[in-house]
Amino acid sequence: MRAARSMKWAATAAAIAVAATACGSGDNSDSDENKPDGYVSIFHGEPQRALLPSNTNESFGGYVVENVFSTLVDYNEKGKLQNANAESVETDDSKTWTIKLKKGWKFHNGEDVTAESYVKAWNWYANVKNNQSNSAWFEQIKGYEDVHPEKGDPKKDEMEGLKVVDDHTFTVELSERVSYFNYMLGYSTFAPVPEAFYKDPKAFGQKPIGNGPYKFEKWNHNKLIQVAAWDGYKGSDKPKNKGIQFKNYSTIEGAYQDVLSGNLDAADQVGPKDRPKRKQDFGNRSIDKPYAGNTTIAPAFYAKPFKDVDPKVIQGLSMAIDRDTITKTVLDGTAVPAKSFVPANVEGFEALDTDVLSYNPKKAKQLIKEGGGVPGNKIWIQFNADGGHKEWITSVCDSIRKAAGVECLADSKPSFETDLKERDADNVKGTYRAGWLGDYPLNINFLRDLYRTGADANYGRFSDKEVDGLFKDGDKAADLDAAVKDYQKAEDKLLQEMPAIPLWDMTASIVHSEHVKNVKANWDGHILLRDVIAK
Amino acid sequence: MGRYVARRLLQMIPVFIGSTALIFCAMYALPGDPVRTMMGEKSYDPAQIANIKADLGLDLPLWHQYWNYLTGLFQGDFGTQIASGRPVSEVIADALPVTIQLTLYSFAIIVVVGIALGLLGGLRADTWVDRVLLVFTMLLISIPVFVLGYIFQYFFAFELQWVTPTVQSSDSWGQLTLPAVVLAGLSLAYVVRLTRTSVAENLRSDFVRTAVAKGLPRRRVVGIHLMRNSLIPVVTFLGTELGALLAGAVVTEGIFNVHGIGNVIYQSLMRLEGATVVGVVSLIVILYLATSLIVDLLYAVLDPRIRYA
Amino acid sequence: MPEPALTKERRDDPAAGAALTEAAPKPEKARSLWQDAWRNLRSNPLFLISAVLILVLLTMVAFPGLFADGSPRDGDQAAHYLTEPNLGHLFANDWLGYDAHGRSVYVRVIHGARASVIAGIAVTLVVAVFGTIVGMLAGYFGGWLDSLLSRITDIFFGIPFLLGAMVVLTAVGERSLWMVITALAILGWTQVARVARGSVLTVKQSDYVQAAKALGASTWRILMRHVLPNAIAPVIVVATVALGGYIGAEATLSYLGLGLAEPAVSWGVDIDAGKDQLRNAPHVLLFPALMVSLTVLAFIMLGDAVRSALDPKSR
Repeated sequence: MRAARSMKWAATAAAIAVAATACGSGDNSDSDENKPDGYVSIFHGEPQRALLPSNTNESFGGYVVENVFSTLVDYNEKGKLQNANAESVETDDSKTWTIKLKKGWKFHNGEDVTAESYVKAWNWYANVKNNQSNSAWFEQIKGYEDVHPEKGDPKKDEMEGLKVVDDHTFTVELSERVSYFNYMLGYSTFAPVPEAFYKDPKAFGQKPIGNGPYKFEKWNHNKLIQVAAWDGYKGSDKPKNKGIQFKNYSTIEGAYQDVLSGNLDAADQVGPKDRPKRKQDFGNRSIDKPYAGNTTIAPAFYAKPFKDVDPKVIQGLSMAIDRDTITKTVLDGTAVPAKSFVPANVEGFEALDTDVLSYNPKKAKQLIKEGGGVPGNKIWIQFNADGGHKEWITSVCDSIRKAAGVECLADSKPSFETDLKERDADNVKGTYRAGWLGDYPLNINFLRDLYRTGADANYGRFSDKEVDGLFKDGDKAADLDAAVKDYQKAEDKLLQEMPAIPLWDMTASIVHSEHVKNVKANWDGHILLRDVIAK
Repeated sequence: MGRYVARRLLQMIPVFIGSTALIFCAMYALPGDPVRTMMGEKSYDPAQIANIKADLGLDLPLWHQYWNYLTGLFQGDFGTQIASGRPVSEVIADALPVTIQLTLYSFAIIVVVGIALGLLGGLRADTWVDRVLLVFTMLLISIPVFVLGYIFQYFFAFELQWVTPTVQSSDSWGQLTLPAVVLAGLSLAYVVRLTRTSVAENLRSDFVRTAVAKGLPRRRVVGIHLMRNSLIPVVTFLGTELGALLAGAVVTEGIFNVHGIGNVIYQSLMRLEGATVVGVVSLIVILYLATSLIVDLLYAVLDPRIRYA
Repeated sequence: MPEPALTKERRDDPAAGAALTEAAPKPEKARSLWQDAWRNLRSNPLFLISAVLILVLLTMVAFPGLFADGSPRDGDQAAHYLTEPNLGHLFANDWLGYDAHGRSVYVRVIHGARASVIAGIAVTLVVAVFGTIVGMLAGYFGGWLDSLLSRITDIFFGIPFLLGAMVVLTAVGERSLWMVITALAILGWTQVARVARGSVLTVKQSDYVQAAKALGASTWRILMRHVLPNAIAPVIVVATVALGGYIGAEATLSYLGLGLAEPAVSWGVDIDAGKDQLRNAPHVLLFPALMVSLTVLAFIMLGDAVRSALDPKSR
């Protein structure tokens, strides 16, 4: 029996050893990932692509790019337009724009930022041969078809609309009037690149050299991206910290725990698991701020339930959704019920004077009845399962089913890829989840790109001549204010046509540790990194 | 022996080609277009998508793509990720060490704890110790890995607060403990039962009786005669286990935020990164084939009756 | 040159557990084996417990209304959002609390049984039938057919079970119970095929098969009358144990976002939803998880009992 006893002892010892190591964990012993003094670490994920202004259009890559590069203009935290690298952006007719640069600006490698840095970069970005995802942003510039023809090789290397006047001045001629072109210029794809870029764009994307407040330091794939505050930055908004560490987490929950234990300084998202506890965990270090993004469900006007539908039916469905309860329960205060097709903190927002966006089961049923009902009395909401939408979609469907008596089914696609494929191919069965994050904080961005006939993101294939006309008036307007007004007029018309059911504006949930202060949300929901102060 | 190994290696070729071809076809039958998705919801240019596809060889017929992939593979080239443009081999090389660390950790737990408990049960067959072990292993087998993961997370992290709920730095042994235990759970139960059955059976066998009759000390009987013979089925199981643990890491790594191969494969599957998925699966298939050969060779060491021509 | 390692198993393959007893029974007379087995089963407490559990489960599947009133899809979110369990109210709707949509967890747990149990049984049936056919053909006819079928089996065997099912389900994109069953079956049959082949190889050598051959019985008749009944026992053992595993696999796939999805009612769907509430409302995850585990346990115990009944060596 001795042998047996000693084996038992061995097993117990092993179990204790396992338990002991479990207790003793929590150390963060990785020299490579240590944070230098004065740096601020924030939650991040691995960017899907190399860090190029013209090829980055997802959130994680964009966050780094917009801090390493500076554009001509940018927006303050309220979404107001202000000059950055530009001294002035002026136009008389909304067609030809004269851009003057501030003098003395340099790239991180010491090269001067000149008019040529912009013009050459834009020509390169737009060129079809370079396969940049954001090339379409340049399509309004005269001569775009020459560098980016629909078929075949480019005829020219340069767009004729871009002209360098002197070292610090250039002009942009557009093929048609665009009254809000200056607003678009704040999007990071309009950032300049230094000469070094053209030698090896691929290598550049791994080690970008920008003209922004932060200088790129290193990118340890799947671990972190580190940038340092740059002494040579000439902008007014100089960083108040020594640098930023963008730390990669595969789950938001992991980041949350690290902020709680002080291993991470801040996160601009809170996972569903921790949402209900965030105030309790962080007190006033948990900040909620609505930003320029909203969520809608858009009917597919080619699909059976919505073909030639009377808009009253869609208005009815809208009134069957209990936005207040849903934003309070499953969304836990991370969204604010919508008041219009445009989020509230965007330039040009105007609360619509209507009850279509409020919960009213009785009127919902009545409107649907008046409109002739939904064919088959059944709708679907298509969404991607990898985006964390499932819970609120289920709630919205429950609400519609209960209040309107219309069967509503969640149509889950495993990934955003498959979701988009169905939308591209006009295969949406009923409606789809549509979320829009502003490229620039202006109401036009939330209307023109979504509801114009043939617009890129108009997957519901909504088309209305009157709306298109009002949009066009806005584009051709003499100045920005007039354009914004025209688009507001179009919005009133949209309410009658219901190309989408606005649900809510998105709210950034930021939590931060005791090691940092002055944490604020930017207009896009990201943390305003330059202002964070490390204690 | 040499001829046997050669024959087995030859047999592996069609199996390897078949398995990878199967996954390859499935991946390329996937709905959705990763290149298209790169463009987001914004406008995109079909010509540009065609260009990118041509660069990556995604416009070729399926068989041609597979041929390119296979020939690349033999030169150590796993292909390129569509979105990031990074070589798949680099992506795998980044993630693999973490998963290997996690897997070996689990493996060690399985071997040490599993065989120890199994031996305990076998030597005390049909006593209360044995029964408790039986119930314990049955429970372990019944609870799906992800449930076990969440239960552990709830108790050890949220309730007891011994550990952080997720792993903060993927190469810290201490932090990998919880995921390693969860990953080990199911196999641990199998190893306990396997060892127990085998030990209990061999305890009644002639050679043990002879050894005891010879007057050998009990420790020697158990340590040499009994263990050596009882471990044969356990070794078989453990051998194929290593590859399976790698696959099982998909769930465990997801729950505990471990930046390993499991996470890579899940993300790639969601983002339709065909080359990455096929690359990782090929690796697992190779590993599986290799370990099964090693296991068969180990037989000869453990059981002198087996001889390979 | 022997071919060792007849029983290799993979951990993530639910069929794995069964193969742990490497010994295939060598029945002398079919009838006495089955009679013995039944006698053995009846006296096994494991069998009795599992049989009761399974009976309750099957009733739940067929008549969920017997256990709980109310619809699993309708809830009152405003009133019952994540209400905690009230364990004193045995079997009432608020007994196990409410989920994030104000739906009764108890009602959902009862109705969720259907998807899981149907998936488990259907996959097992498909796998058992298909695997047996392949294994029997390979084992009985041997030669090139055996080589071919064995290599094909190897190919599917080489792909990790769960990973393969994930790829298949992503490829199909459709999320229905039948797709889940297909995906699991496509990769699950190999274990049964291997066991069936080994078993048929043994039976083929027996006197009664040789005798039947000598008497000029047709191949079909030999296969159906002599080979199948005598070779089936190990297949049954593998299949019963695997059943529990498939139920676990179905839940795992739903959890990974690849199996069933709302509005389908299943334990996997509920666990997936519950994981987001783990910190403030653990009951949403706990109860469906408990049900999955209990169901898997019931079938594993049944498998264990069947194995000890059919495998004289382990008695």
